[in-house]
Amino acid sequence: MSWEVVIGLEIHAQLTTQTKIFSGSSIAYGAEPNTQACAIDLGMPGMLPVLNEAVIGKSIRLALALNAEIGKKSVFERKNYFYPDLPKGYQTSQLEYPIVGKGHLEIEVDGEKKKIGVTRAHLEEDAGKSVHGIVPGMSGIDLNRAGTPLLEIVSEPDMRSAKEAVAYARKMHELVQYLGICDGNMQEGSFRVDSNVSVRRPGEPLGTRTELKNINSFRFIEKAIEFEIERQIEILESGGKIVQETRLYDADNDVTRSMRTKEEANDYRYFPCPDLLPVMITDEDIEAVRAQMPELPDAKRARYVSEFGLNDYDAGVLTASRQLAEYYEAVVSQTQGKDPKLCANWVMTDLSGALNKAGLSISDSPITAEQLAGMIERILDDTISGKIAKQVFDAMWKGEGTADEIIESKGLKQITDSSAIEALVDEVLANNPSQVEAYKGGQEKMLGYFVGQVMKASGGQANPGQVNQILKAKLSD
Amino acid sequence: MSLGKTEVEYISRLAAIAVDENEVEQVAGKLSNILDLFKQMEAADTANVEPMAHPLDQVQRLRPDVITETDEHEKLQSVAPAAQDGLYLVPQVIE
Repeated sequence: MSWEVVIGLEIHAQLTTQTKIFSGSSIAYGAEPNTQACAIDLGMPGMLPVLNEAVIGKSIRLALALNAEIGKKSVFERKNYFYPDLPKGYQTSQLEYPIVGKGHLEIEVDGEKKKIGVTRAHLEEDAGKSVHGIVPGMSGIDLNRAGTPLLEIVSEPDMRSAKEAVAYARKMHELVQYLGICDGNMQEGSFRVDSNVSVRRPGEPLGTRTELKNINSFRFIEKAIEFEIERQIEILESGGKIVQETRLYDADNDVTRSMRTKEEANDYRYFPCPDLLPVMITDEDIEAVRAQMPELPDAKRARYVSEFGLNDYDAGVLTASRQLAEYYEAVVSQTQGKDPKLCANWVMTDLSGALNKAGLSISDSPITAEQLAGMIERILDDTISGKIAKQVFDAMWKGEGTADEIIESKGLKQITDSSAIEALVDEVLANNPSQVEAYKGGQEKMLGYFVGQVMKASGGQANPGQVNQILKAKLSD
Repeated sequence: MSLGKTEVEYISRLAAIAVDENEVEQVAGKLSNILDLFKQMEAADTANVEPMAHPLDQVQRLRPDVITETDEHEKLQSVAPAAQDGLYLVPQVIE
């Protein structure tokens, strides 16, 4: 009998604000320890938190994108536990009245679409960091991160494989970046995925779950979940029981390991935070955010197919990040939409290839969208061939100027003068009498050989269409 | 409802409040009284009552997303029990 895998994800997305959720301290990454932790963040007596208005609009954006209910009245609660990186002895979070309610996200795995439920997303503050090994017997505490605004996005246990879980996580990662609410930087911990994994016999109640934490790449999340599924099935099939616990993934050995389990269940003793009043969101607030919503990835993909005539795959690649999509759209619009498919090819192959090789992201591209569009214009008006364009592209990449400047200075203009091409054709045919014989004897594939020779003789600059035409005419004489 | 010694010890551990051995019985009695009070209140029908989030009938004021706090860690750390290299020091936390 088979096992059914049940996975739910909790994603912590750090919101892209300037300051903390309840204080005016900066949240910039990488500052010297405790230089961005004020008396409010430290929970000094008498300090009062005041909510950062920016987190409200960003939460509404996510709610709209997930077709989720919006908590028009949301309440902050205290989640009580003791840990040195939590200076107040509680984390300010939300429980009964989260800012984002039930919604969903559609994923696609192996061509199959599936709706994954989002239970809720709530606002909360991040904790600080413990640093070990500085003074023997002591731990150092850096509270710069304490109070950083997070949206914790909780999914329904709707995923049935590691693949689905990662597809959902990637989709959410793409979405929060499109929405401009989170920078998605997994290395710096701006986007953290915790996976709850369990297995059961189909139709039976949920099995005991384990939680996989602190995995900062999608590839490792998938591997960790896969390992965990195998581990749980092995235990159950040999008559054992799963212990509810948090497990960490060891990438070097591709296994998950138990974090020390707490013997007693945590009792967080949630209660409404008396320092904060309920947050009210009006219809006007929601409409104001709706008016500024960017086009979302799914809508963009569909439009690339219907408006630009791209295939699903290309549309998917180009919309994988908002920056790439914006770059592509700029190239299309600056070439007046004459050939979106050609623009897609240049952005996806040559440009993306060069960026990958140089380890650059699209926002650091040495070739601007305007420059690339300028070059594509010259392909479209037959000034250069696609092959010569590659030379122009390389020169633009090296910063040698615009396409027009490079074509001019390197003399790359395509030869479209038919008498010049005719001369080249005559020369090639005269130099290859036996091949001409063969062609005339029925070996029509020799034509390709002649085209190659003429192109070579022209330094790649002859117009290939004209070369073909003239060759055929001359050979049929 | 009456709480025993084990429950009191468990709750005090969760709350990180030290309860003296000879106080346990007294604390157990007090906590039991509070729970009895809850029991009494449970009798009230609250089906149509919205839970109160805050005794003040007001709405949270918001703050613009602007940096207003400057680095005061030296001052703040001067009152900390121990600090070094900009870090607050606490008894070692075992992960």
